[in-house]
Amino acid sequence: MKHLVLILMLLATPLAAVEPDEVLSDPVLEARALDLSKGLRCPVCQSESIDESNAPISKDLRLLVRERLVAGDSDREALDFIVARYGEFVLLKPTFGGANWILWAAGPFMLLVAAGVGTSYVRRRSRAAAPQDEGLDADEAKALREILSK
Amino acid sequence: MITELGHFALLLAFGVAIIQTIVPLVGAAKGWPGWMAVAEPAATVQFVLIAASFGALTWAFVTSDFSLSVVVANSHSMKPMIYKISGVWGNHEGSMLLWVLIVALFGAMAAWFGAQLPTSLRARVLAVQASIGVAFMAFILFTSNPFDRMMVPPFDGQDLNPLLQDPGLAFHPPFLYLGYVGLSMAFSFAVAALIEGRVDAAWGRWVRPWTLAAWVFLTIGIALGSWWAYYELGWGGFWFWDPVENASFMPWLLAAALVHSAIVVEKREALKSWTILLAILAFGFSLIGTFIVRSGLLTSVHAFANDPDRGVFILAIMVFFMGGALILFAFRAGAMEAKGVFSLASRESALVVNNLLLAVSCFVVFFGTMWPLVAEMFFDRKLSVGPPFFDAAFTPFMILLGLALPIGSSMPWKRAYLGRALYPLRYAFVAAVAIGGLAWAMQTGRSLIGPVGMFLGAWVLMGVVIDLAQRTGRGPNRLARLFRLPGADWGKATAHAGLGVTMLGVAGIYAWTVEDIQVARYNEPFDVRGYELTLRSVSNSNGPNYVATTAVIDVVHDGVFLATLMPEKRFYPVAQMPTTEAAIHQNWKRDLYVVIGDEQENGGWAVRTYIKVMTSWIWLGCTLMALGGLFSLLDRRFRVAVGARKADKPAKPDPVPAE
Repeated sequence: MKHLVLILMLLATPLAAVEPDEVLSDPVLEARALDLSKGLRCPVCQSESIDESNAPISKDLRLLVRERLVAGDSDREALDFIVARYGEFVLLKPTFGGANWILWAAGPFMLLVAAGVGTSYVRRRSRAAAPQDEGLDADEAKALREILSK
Repeated sequence: MITELGHFALLLAFGVAIIQTIVPLVGAAKGWPGWMAVAEPAATVQFVLIAASFGALTWAFVTSDFSLSVVVANSHSMKPMIYKISGVWGNHEGSMLLWVLIVALFGAMAAWFGAQLPTSLRARVLAVQASIGVAFMAFILFTSNPFDRMMVPPFDGQDLNPLLQDPGLAFHPPFLYLGYVGLSMAFSFAVAALIEGRVDAAWGRWVRPWTLAAWVFLTIGIALGSWWAYYELGWGGFWFWDPVENASFMPWLLAAALVHSAIVVEKREALKSWTILLAILAFGFSLIGTFIVRSGLLTSVHAFANDPDRGVFILAIMVFFMGGALILFAFRAGAMEAKGVFSLASRESALVVNNLLLAVSCFVVFFGTMWPLVAEMFFDRKLSVGPPFFDAAFTPFMILLGLALPIGSSMPWKRAYLGRALYPLRYAFVAAVAIGGLAWAMQTGRSLIGPVGMFLGAWVLMGVVIDLAQRTGRGPNRLARLFRLPGADWGKATAHAGLGVTMLGVAGIYAWTVEDIQVARYNEPFDVRGYELTLRSVSNSNGPNYVATTAVIDVVHDGVFLATLMPEKRFYPVAQMPTTEAAIHQNWKRDLYVVIGDEQENGGWAVRTYIKVMTSWIWLGCTLMALGGLFSLLDRRFRVAVGARKADKPAKPDPVPAE
């Protein structure tokens, strides 16, 4: 039984995702590669970046990123290269293009709306007091005149 | 036999809940005291029945009764006892039963401790609460019955997901559910108040403890989940902006807003309709969370029961409760005229700012979570919205919140002068800028996250200290007065300090994490930023239901022996799943986080090392926030107010209606 378990264990998927043999010898390139791979989603997993994923396809993608960087691509070019092959699904940071501007604008827009509504509410509350301070209404003024004229 | 009794108890509870929904509502509408009085005993009976049902299911798990299909799918006879018990809620059916148990528990507590509530309001609150129970019990009984039997009981079970076999995660779901479902109480109060047509200061005081409790539970639940992700997943991440994490974060944000706006209702009788709306939406987001987890609509690491039928059922529940409540709100909100008058600069306005920022940040999280779905449905684009978006879109709101917090919380009610509120904070500002500047000077990169985060955290913390100091007034005996401050003041200070501490931790981990991957060979030291790590040995051993590979790594720092770390990876043969157990050396400055990888072909083992700056501050902050909520809950005001109301009850049977 113990042997069987050990065999099973050796067959299990590896846990270290970014494996030592993938690391580029140039520390600047490696840092750029890490930066890029943090923004790429593992295509078969659920909301994990390729850096955090054990899936074979993530390993391929990590190697691909490094390959492109070694080949002299800029970060932009490397990303474009990968998106052209795997679709924009792999981008964890959605682009600004197309309808995505709605996504990016939603927060600031909502903040403006909320600020507008909030300000008008607070203003209303602060004005609500004003009439009471602004002296007497017509009836009261009349009553006062009557009292004073007596 | 016990299983059948459990099933039967659940059916009975379903019937009781239906009665509890209808009879008190009719009674309250017609003014029949006898009918209204049905609510309290019904709430107790319903709770006892569901507790019995839950007990029966727990019994089935504890005794490994493999004639139940849930037990087969989620348990194993070899599993340690604690995980047999946590297996009860580690699956869809059982967790739904826990959900209705908590709905009934809160309902029963409102019945037990709600003696001071006006009769009709209490009847309506309990009826609305019971209607939530009815909906979810119907869901359980018709689509996901935990008491379903196997035709042929197997010899053993299929084991619980190994990732869930962890002390941190064993208690993560119950706390989350206490939080989610606790918000149902705020919802019930809101709907009852809408039916009643009145919201007054007393209503604010009744709703606040429930919301506060729910928020405390949510804080603990979320913190446990994030702490677990940190040490268990092996990446040292604490928050992934996963749809299901967002699902728990959105109600947390709204509950935080609700806790603050209810103060305004209680103290100043303003923001009434907004508070009602928040109470409805906060529970709405709890329902959305349930929907996201159970429907499989959004892919997530958490989704544990992806079944479209169930999704449709929950969607129907959500549409019914949210639609109903919002329609009611549309008709009745006009009746909730505000009374309190306050100037532009005042604590009321500051709390409005707090609410705006929290609500809009919640909206941003919601929008980002749902966008992939919208984009696919309407624009035919399959895309992802991941952490980079949320970091960029959500963080600014937290920065604004942090900036505003010390100023707003030191303002007096009604009328404040901005200059007078800012003046005492000048030292806090200078000190915070100095700390931010120090962080800027000490770091090597040019990222702004670290310095800005340090500034914000320090600003919030110093603001808390100065606020407390101001509260003690002038003259002698200030220290004595400090300790006599009401619980609510201490709660506020502690919770706000917790937020500041968490901000520091988050800034630290984001800005200054060092990551290293090595092939470590036996007894050959390697260096990671001044820490010298040496792999001594790697050995295999057997756990109760797993096999472990454990590495022994000695760490030397500045020539001094620091610790022996033993990172582990485990393999669960029944579930065929590996897990990592990171070894973490913690102190207040940094976490040294070591994970063992695979044996390499040409000798040595892959070892990943992270130095995570100030990480423990994140959870220290969460603990402080939860403690702050607790202090507020213990404020004697909540209890004294109860006594006062009882005393003047004969003279004033009904609270003054809101205009």
